[in-house]
Amino acid sequence: MDILKIFGFGEGGWGLALLAGAGMTLLVSACGLLIGAVIGALVAWSRLSGNRLAGAAGEAYAALFRGLPELLVVYFVYFGSSTLLTTGAKLVGYDGFIGVPSFVAGALAVGVISGSYQAEVFRAAYLAIVKGELEAAVSVGMDRWLMFQRIIAPQVLRFALPGLGNLWQVALKDSSLISVTGLAELMRVSQVGAASTHQPFAFYVGGLVLYLAMTLVTTRLFDIAEARATRGMRRIAG
Amino acid sequence: MDWDFAATTFWRLMAALPLTLEVWFLSVVLGGLIAAGVVWMRVSGSRPLEILARAYVAIFRGTPLLIQLFLVYYGLASLPAVRHSILWPVLRDPLYCGVLALGLCTAGYQAEIFRGALLAVPHGAGEAAKACGMSGLLMFRRIVFPIALRHALPAYSTEMISMVKATALVSLITLWDVLSVALKIRNDTLVTYLPLILAGAIYFTINYILGAAFLSLERRLSPHLRARPS
Amino acid sequence: MGSRLWKSVALGAAVGAALATGAYAKEWKTVVIGMEGGYPPWNQTDSSGKIVGFEVDLANDLCKRAGVECKIIAQDWDGMIPGLKAGKFDVIMDGMSITDERKKEIDFSKPYAAPPAAFMAAKDSDVAKKLGAGKPVNAIKDPKAADAAIKAVQAALKGKTVGVQVSTTHANFASKYLKDIATVKEYKTTDDRDLDLKNGRIDVGLDDYPTVAATLESPDAKDLVIVGPEIIGDVFGVGEAMGIRKSDADLTAKFNKALDAAFADGSVKKYSLQWFKIDTTP
Repeated sequence: MDILKIFGFGEGGWGLALLAGAGMTLLVSACGLLIGAVIGALVAWSRLSGNRLAGAAGEAYAALFRGLPELLVVYFVYFGSSTLLTTGAKLVGYDGFIGVPSFVAGALAVGVISGSYQAEVFRAAYLAIVKGELEAAVSVGMDRWLMFQRIIAPQVLRFALPGLGNLWQVALKDSSLISVTGLAELMRVSQVGAASTHQPFAFYVGGLVLYLAMTLVTTRLFDIAEARATRGMRRIAG
Repeated sequence: MDWDFAATTFWRLMAALPLTLEVWFLSVVLGGLIAAGVVWMRVSGSRPLEILARAYVAIFRGTPLLIQLFLVYYGLASLPAVRHSILWPVLRDPLYCGVLALGLCTAGYQAEIFRGALLAVPHGAGEAAKACGMSGLLMFRRIVFPIALRHALPAYSTEMISMVKATALVSLITLWDVLSVALKIRNDTLVTYLPLILAGAIYFTINYILGAAFLSLERRLSPHLRARPS
Repeated sequence: MGSRLWKSVALGAAVGAALATGAYAKEWKTVVIGMEGGYPPWNQTDSSGKIVGFEVDLANDLCKRAGVECKIIAQDWDGMIPGLKAGKFDVIMDGMSITDERKKEIDFSKPYAAPPAAFMAAKDSDVAKKLGAGKPVNAIKDPKAADAAIKAVQAALKGKTVGVQVSTTHANFASKYLKDIATVKEYKTTDDRDLDLKNGRIDVGLDDYPTVAATLESPDAKDLVIVGPEIIGDVFGVGEAMGIRKSDADLTAKFNKALDAAFADGSVKKYSLQWFKIDTTP
């Protein structure tokens, strides 16, 4: 079959399906990164809180999910989430099975992994804040929430941006493992396209190119964001 | 809980551990060699070589290993030129294909780690070495390499652990590593979680040991940072 | 008070999730069916992302007869039964044969197809020369002929490499009869196996007849032919059926009734001829 026809947008062409798959990859990775940010912030906070129990729990979480193969985590979350929910529902008297849509399970899996790394990024970013600024904030009478809003959050975000950019790339690639759950993201579309047309080489090269385009474009966006976020810093330095 | 089943499963998984470690070790070594070449190209000062090195890193870091693995194992073999070349006996073997794919991928990451470490070597250290009359090789061996190594270790340790995890993808190319044996046991016995949990425990233990080993190496290599009075 | 609140929150979440996927208990309005979506011609995905194939047509037909709405979702073969047990879907339709091991974990409907297994190899290979063109052998009706045929296969495959999909009856056949004679390689998907067969990494592929026939029609498969016995019965069992959780006996009964009707008016045979080119009704 003609390559142009396979990747075309007409009748029987897989162009649209592949682009939709790429869109799904972006969406599930972005949701994963967001879930990871929430988890990462919580874990970072637990380790900075000074509470030993919370700190140990946070550390254990990070160590566990950095030490397990990503594919294994995907399997655990995909099957485990349904089993947990079903068991939980049984306890409250709801009898029956509860499915977790593969999109939710996939985003959760990417988020759980990403969170274990984001925790470290956030923690390092917090520690990079000059101590004097926090003391100054206290001395001008800011309460904790205002201090968080005005002093901590903006700087943590700024310092964390390069690390988050890397983790976004990782999330994008980890999302390819969700293909085992049947979610029609780019890897899955490439696989079924390869299987249904018996043209594996074309589809995997096509998938490779799309992934590369996604990482290159989004990395550029992170670079721009980083440049914007550090504008003020440079002005002070220069 | 069925302890007999758990024990049998555990030992079947342990029997697959040597393969997992073999793929890991060979691909890490291969990746290190390729990475050295890529870094050399990157800092060579030649524009075409530098672009080539940048492209290499972008491609192998910017795409999922799953696709790379597939292209190396199934894609290369579908080219008649490859099948009829002298490399076929090597590329025919799923083990070497797995090592090649994982090695190519980790090389992209290792190259960036090495480059970052080289950049971290203070300029003055090199100048001082030259002033003492050290040759290029001697300077690299005595000054640049030890300093760069120390800088590279934390990131390198993370990459080594990532590679242990990456070996779990080789089940795609018919290799019986720990995870693929776990998935097979799961499919044959239809026990949903236990094989996965045991496999997870094995990977976690390896990575824990690896992380601890690198940490102690880091401490040994940087005595000047130790016990700094606070 | 607190526990009541928790209960209602959990119930709310549970109902929400249930609504999201349509997996209802007891009252079967919607039935979710899981298949690979990459196992032609049983089920495959077209370029618009829709799953089509023999099992899709059959599923839609049976659901109409059973008076339920069906939703088809895709999932890898790896973990099909755990997925069913975890409630990801209510029915498996993925060319899954009835086996004793599987029957311990899940229930099956009546079989809706019973195609023979078939071997494929390169036209000019010595396996093809030794085994000759494919011919049907029924191990249930004629065990002696089947024994002889399997012996011939064992002789021809000595020292060769055989490829099967992991955790299938074909893998069971390979481990029962070929393990000590040939090298057996297990693949995640039939497609990966077909690639390695075309690439020359393996000498022989074993699968069900419709799947093998579909492979032979694919590009780059001009050199492949069906060889040796096309076996019915033995480890391949009585045929492919819907896999359903043991707790859902009412659903099994519903689909069995629908299957009876679909057999009676020739619908199953029609789909079989349409997708498989042969009649595979049991």
